[in-house]
Amino acid sequence: MSIEIKTSTLEPVRNTFANLQRRFGDKPATRYQEATYDIQPLVNFHYRPLWDQDRELTDASRTALQMNDWYAFKDPRQFYYGTYVQQRAKMQENAENNYGFFEKRDLTRLLPETVKGQLIRFLVPLRHVEHTANLNNMYCSSYGFGTALTQAFLYNGMDRLGVAQYLSRIGLLLDGNTGEALEEAKQLWMEAPYWQPLRKLCEEMLTTEDWFELFIAQDVVMDSLVYDLFFEQYDAALTEQGAQDIGMLTEFMRDWAKDTNRWVDAVLKIAVAESDANKTLITGWIESWRGQVAEALSAVSREMLGEEALNMALQNLDKRLAKAGIK
Amino acid sequence: MAAKKLNMKEKYRLLTRDLDWEFSYADRKKAFPFEEFEGIKITDWSKWEDPFRLTMDSYWKYQAEKEKKLYAIFDAFSQNNAHLNVSDPRYINAIKIFLTGITPLEYQAYQGFAHTGRQFGGVGARVACQMQSLDELRHVQTQVHAMSHYNKFFDGFKEWTHMQDRVWYLSVAKSFFNDARSGGPFEFLVAIGFSFEYVLTNLVFVPFMSGAAYNGDMATVTFGFSAQSDEARHMTLGLEVIKFLLEQHEDNVPIVQKWIDKWFWRGSRLLSVVAMMMDYMLPNKVMSWKEGWEVYFEEAGGALFKDLARYGIRMPKYAEQIRKEKEHISHQTWWTFYTYGQAAGFHTWIPTDEELDWLSEKYPNTFDKYYRPRWEYAKKLEAEGKRFYNGTLPQLCTTCQIPLLFTEMDDPTLTAHRCSHYKGDQYHFCSDGCKDVFEEEPEKYVQSWLPVHQIYQGNCGGPGLPEILQDYYRFEMGADNMDMKGSPDEARWKQWKGVA
Repeated sequence: MSIEIKTSTLEPVRNTFANLQRRFGDKPATRYQEATYDIQPLVNFHYRPLWDQDRELTDASRTALQMNDWYAFKDPRQFYYGTYVQQRAKMQENAENNYGFFEKRDLTRLLPETVKGQLIRFLVPLRHVEHTANLNNMYCSSYGFGTALTQAFLYNGMDRLGVAQYLSRIGLLLDGNTGEALEEAKQLWMEAPYWQPLRKLCEEMLTTEDWFELFIAQDVVMDSLVYDLFFEQYDAALTEQGAQDIGMLTEFMRDWAKDTNRWVDAVLKIAVAESDANKTLITGWIESWRGQVAEALSAVSREMLGEEALNMALQNLDKRLAKAGIK
Repeated sequence: MAAKKLNMKEKYRLLTRDLDWEFSYADRKKAFPFEEFEGIKITDWSKWEDPFRLTMDSYWKYQAEKEKKLYAIFDAFSQNNAHLNVSDPRYINAIKIFLTGITPLEYQAYQGFAHTGRQFGGVGARVACQMQSLDELRHVQTQVHAMSHYNKFFDGFKEWTHMQDRVWYLSVAKSFFNDARSGGPFEFLVAIGFSFEYVLTNLVFVPFMSGAAYNGDMATVTFGFSAQSDEARHMTLGLEVIKFLLEQHEDNVPIVQKWIDKWFWRGSRLLSVVAMMMDYMLPNKVMSWKEGWEVYFEEAGGALFKDLARYGIRMPKYAEQIRKEKEHISHQTWWTFYTYGQAAGFHTWIPTDEELDWLSEKYPNTFDKYYRPRWEYAKKLEAEGKRFYNGTLPQLCTTCQIPLLFTEMDDPTLTAHRCSHYKGDQYHFCSDGCKDVFEEEPEKYVQSWLPVHQIYQGNCGGPGLPEILQDYYRFEMGADNMDMKGSPDEARWKQWKGVA
């Protein structure tokens, strides 16, 4: 038997805000819709920014990409702030358990010395790459257009700070909290020849002006290749060497990439499907950045995983691109 | 080997502060191009003291807990039709102003802090701005969700996304934040992080949230409690920015002082709408605007500026003028909205007799002398069936965009009006403060999108005011605007409560 609590019902005057009625009809809106659509100011800005006097404060012309409606970029995860932090809180709880277990059992002790050295050479310096990703996504959030996209960029930017901090914690686990592993890793990032092409590219990305191009460079091309190499292929290589416990410390990154790629792929697909002009533009950007990123990753991936790794990562990238309509 | 214990500061430094590096390949100034044009000198970003040391994992954890509790209350609120528990339907009009006027500011704060969170060269300052940016987005979205239920039962909320870019009095708030965001990153931080968040935020936050608490609005007050710890973080960032800029280089002192002068004045003008809300729109009063100003600015702000004196910073330039204004601005502002009630996206009304007495008691120096007679007159007209609406469009101040409604403070019967000439055109101002702000940066303020000018130029439809209100502002005439008496809001409330 089910018990039904009697409540008094009042007929509402309207179901939702007028902008959502116009978009979706007069029916109750989801919290994602209420928190996303049309909330960015669109017209009648008062002053041109001193830092970009040719444009309005919020201006769709900061990218060459053109959209009829910038709110077409619906996030398949439907992240607004509340759903975003709750989803990440679940992931961090899991990560916290993993890091806690690793620390409590002192699993660093079981790592072969050669692996410890490798982690400092390959995994820990990646935190600087993640820091670049943090800045690039903040860039897209602040110069991008339409809350549907800009909020997702902000979440991505903050995620990358989180990943950089997790990678730093791996360093601290290795050096017993002295910070020596982090220093050593930074020195390698600054000086080791196999990191320099990637560092050069990171610095150059930070001067890229078109924000959608930067999204292509960072979130599509760079992340696809980096996460494949460092968190999939390298994880498998560590397992081969008896260092599978590191997988606990990078589980967050794999889960994160899986979650985020759903959104990245959706954005790409929507932008490409919008018009032939967009498709041409994006194809050009992909071509240019695919080449540059591959070149920048070539030395470090060879050093870390051998000759074939990068090709495999590139093949996976191409598969994703094909699904979005780019061959 | 036992791992070394790290304190919070060391841990935060290792996890965060060391992520950036010296560039070798690209020009770092091209990656962070906006650090120099304002004249601010930063000699050493490493001297930045992190105002709070929150790593992302802790941030997600704490904020998710807060969100979970907040949304549980929102759900319970709407499930139980808790809008019926507010003190009086007039109260709802205060939160109509909140959604249409304040929530868009939170959005601009998100955008502004995202900008500085990308552009500052120091990683510590950047990350603090990024977190504030995310918090501000939280505030936008939780406010929309808090108001969502009210929108289902009351008028005046539904077109907030459209109104924010068009309606004359909302232009006051929008231009304030546009002004801050169109400046460089350091001015933005002094304007918003320090002047607004650190010093004036209590005068927005406390009145609205306490107003909600006093008037049975559980949704809004729960948002307020939930946002409090975010606000505390924002305030420490605002203070750190000031100290950092002043300690970095002595040449920064006059620049920062100029911004403090400007932004206190701009802020106090923006707050006139809060003043009117506190004194006139809350059926259950929290405190008078004058009392609020005395507690939160004169006492708290006074102590702060004493503390900043050692850096060579003095009280904001117009503090004395603002001290006089606290006796007047709420009355002058509500009177203006009352007389332009057809052009307001919320309802207006004449205070009840008890409320008039409360105002007399709270404003013994001014209310009976200058303002009560106006309301007695309005009551008389209303009783005769001649509720008065002013149909002419007012002259707006070029800087703050408020109509010229304030008087000379030494003669409250005389409207204040200042002029300035720039490149052959004449510009009008409500005060010396606004005139001075204009004259510092005329190239900026001649661009102002002034709603009345725009109407006269035919950019807002028309030809008459009714068409502009209906078509350009998307007001539903008589439902979103005009007097509380006879409004659908009032009729529905009576129906729900079963009173005639």
